Amino acid sequence: MNDLVSEIHRLSKKIKRQVKFMEVCGTHTMTIARSGLRNLLPDNITLISGPGCPVCVVPNSYIDRAIAISNLDKTRILTFGDMFRVPSSVSSLEKQRSNGAKIDIVYSPLDGLELARTHPDETIVFLGVGFETTAPIVARVIKYAEKEKIKNFLVLSGHRLIPPAMEALVSSPGHNIDGFICPGHVSVVIGAEPYRIFAERYGIACVITGFEVCDILQSIIYLLEMISEIKEKSVYIQYSRCVNKDGNITARKTMYDVFEPVDSEWRGLGIIPLSGLAIKDKYSDFDAKKIPVNISSYREKKGCLCGMVLKGIISPFDCKLFGKQCTPENPVGPCMVSSEGACAAYYAYERR
Amino acid sequence: MCLAVPMRVKKINKNIAEVELSGIRRNIDISLIEGVNVGDYVIVHAGFAIQKLSKKDARTTLKLFSEMKNGT
Amino acid sequence: MPMKDDKILITYGAGGRQTRNLIENVLLKYFKDPALRLLPDSASLSIFKSCADICFTTDAYVVKPIFFPGGDIGKLSICGTINDLAVSGAKPLFISCSLIIEEGFRISDLEKILMSMADTAMLNSVRIVTGDTKVVDSGNGDGIFITTSGIGIKKKGLSMGIDKIKPGDAVIISGVPGMHEISIVNARENLGFKSNLKSDCASVYGLVSKVLSSSNGVKFMRDPTRGGLASVLNEIVSNRKYGIRIYEEKIPVTEEVSFFCEILGFDILNLASEGRVVMVVDRNDCEKVVSIMKKHSSGKMSSIIGYVTDELPGKVVMKTKTGGERFILMPSGRQLPRIC
Repeated sequence: MNDLVSEIHRLSKKIKRQVKFMEVCGTHTMTIARSGLRNLLPDNITLISGPGCPVCVVPNSYIDRAIAISNLDKTRILTFGDMFRVPSSVSSLEKQRSNGAKIDIVYSPLDGLELARTHPDETIVFLGVGFETTAPIVARVIKYAEKEKIKNFLVLSGHRLIPPAMEALVSSPGHNIDGFICPGHVSVVIGAEPYRIFAERYGIACVITGFEVCDILQSIIYLLEMISEIKEKSVYIQYSRCVNKDGNITARKTMYDVFEPVDSEWRGLGIIPLSGLAIKDKYSDFDAKKIPVNISSYREKKGCLCGMVLKGIISPFDCKLFGKQCTPENPVGPCMVSSEGACAAYYAYERR
Repeated sequence: MCLAVPMRVKKINKNIAEVELSGIRRNIDISLIEGVNVGDYVIVHAGFAIQKLSKKDARTTLKLFSEMKNGT
Repeated sequence: MPMKDDKILITYGAGGRQTRNLIENVLLKYFKDPALRLLPDSASLSIFKSCADICFTTDAYVVKPIFFPGGDIGKLSICGTINDLAVSGAKPLFISCSLIIEEGFRISDLEKILMSMADTAMLNSVRIVTGDTKVVDSGNGDGIFITTSGIGIKKKGLSMGIDKIKPGDAVIISGVPGMHEISIVNARENLGFKSNLKSDCASVYGLVSKVLSSSNGVKFMRDPTRGGLASVLNEIVSNRKYGIRIYEEKIPVTEEVSFFCEILGFDILNLASEGRVVMVVDRNDCEKVVSIMKKHSSGKMSSIIGYVTDELPGKVVMKTKTGGERFILMPSGRQLPRIC
């Protein structure tokens, strides 16, 4: 590892100027923060976090809707653990559970389907949150539900696609991203092709990266080599032990059989064209969006700068609420409470 | 989307495989990948296998992982 | 930090920051006895000046599932109370047991639990001498809740306490942390993982008394239950002029535990143990203490994990394997298994 760090220092001395690399995967955010890796890098390299936390990027309206559904009779919400404590406009799933709502945490949407089988008198609504790693899995489970004609299993889709968000970031003027540390397991599914546009049209170096510290250090080396033109600027797969350039075609087919890309709102980034996944008409029986609920117009909390943090424009330290009104016990926005949120990572792990 | 670890396939029954790592076992769904055999390593995420790894690549991942996580 | 909610949330029982908040802001408003000042695991009470202090403790056990790999609520209720006395430097002697049983609970399950309690007590030479039993309507309890209180006699001449800790002191843990919570979460949340991992539920009295009879250098002990090692370390430094630095590579861990934490997204430092002890020991004695612990069956993986330092008042930091440093905060909420 010391060799990798020395190499980074050597390459960055040659480059001289400030370079900014963005990672767009919550687990990369956490690995970087937990390992204290930033302390090892030279001053001219800045690592920033982008919208890589799938729970943080869904707007409050999604959770508000989930909460409204949880208040319905004979209805049970199932969610990944990540969503449980995220605050929305008025409440959180955790608080709702303390008020008696039926809300459970599951490891896999298959567990949700099993619950639907064993509790035919309950409507089971699974909160489908996650990027391209998770969406094919949820799609597969919807297909099982359809095949078995299970009538009481529905999914509230909050799934989103990473490359459109990355493009929204770099097509806004004044961005200063020199390179992307691309997500590892999203890329297992989508392969390398979707990132090509960043290298070819925008001149941004891209490296698909694994999750160990030395993976990230190796990727930083490749990014620096591309910037200093030792290597040609393109999409490089550092995580080659898991990712191949074509991705997982079966998983993608399954995902696009059930879901279709739609314009979607991302917290802090606004509406990004064709960046979210909605359940197609042919599977509308499983779409929880059709459940009629009243949600009052949602709002982001005053002073909450999660959106700016997600865009990588500011670091969590720059937010006035950080560590004061907004802490892990009393989070104002999702970035502080999500296990992959940049603010949670900085609060817990970064030296001040 | 990234908490996924390589695990070894011990048994297969149609769409379900029993996978194992360091004594931890689980049944997972393998319908999203092709050509899985007993003895293969797969990346497991939310109850599904999303990728098959060569033995060499699996060992590299596990070795890296071990080096970083294991203490005394 | 003032309370923000007007209702109890489930995370207030998790043993971390929120639990501490509840205790400091609500409970201590009404319970002001000096014995509670340092919120010890058990109260040290002096009745006659000529006699050794009596230690008195109580704990409620609400674990779900009731039967788990490595034990059950009965064994847990006896070991937990023994351990609270042991880490206060007392020999556990007498235990009381109060049962709150839900209507409809199987008598055969009750018998299994009672047998477990009796066996555990006998093995550890403590007497269950009084108790109470209540039954509540079905739907009002998780099958069974058990509260045990314990009395022990403190070893004479012991001078331990959080006030005795100084920069330079060593921090020792007696084994791999978190195995109890991992085995419980896996069993309870139907996460579907099967493993050989068992709860570490056990008495630490044997190990502790061996150490205390061989060394005068032990300044403080606690068993890292809810909130884990992170919680104990933060309690030690809270409002103090010193901090603690621990070393990631020194924390005992097994491959199985690491992988479980990785798969479920847990931080091992925040996970509860029910058969481990954390000690703060004088620097001059720490090597001797850890070598005594390693020779004991309950302490084979004991390790000096770090030191008290005057550099970081009120903080706990960990030097990571990559050479970086990060804060270890008081855990917040429960460890929720996450997937991403």
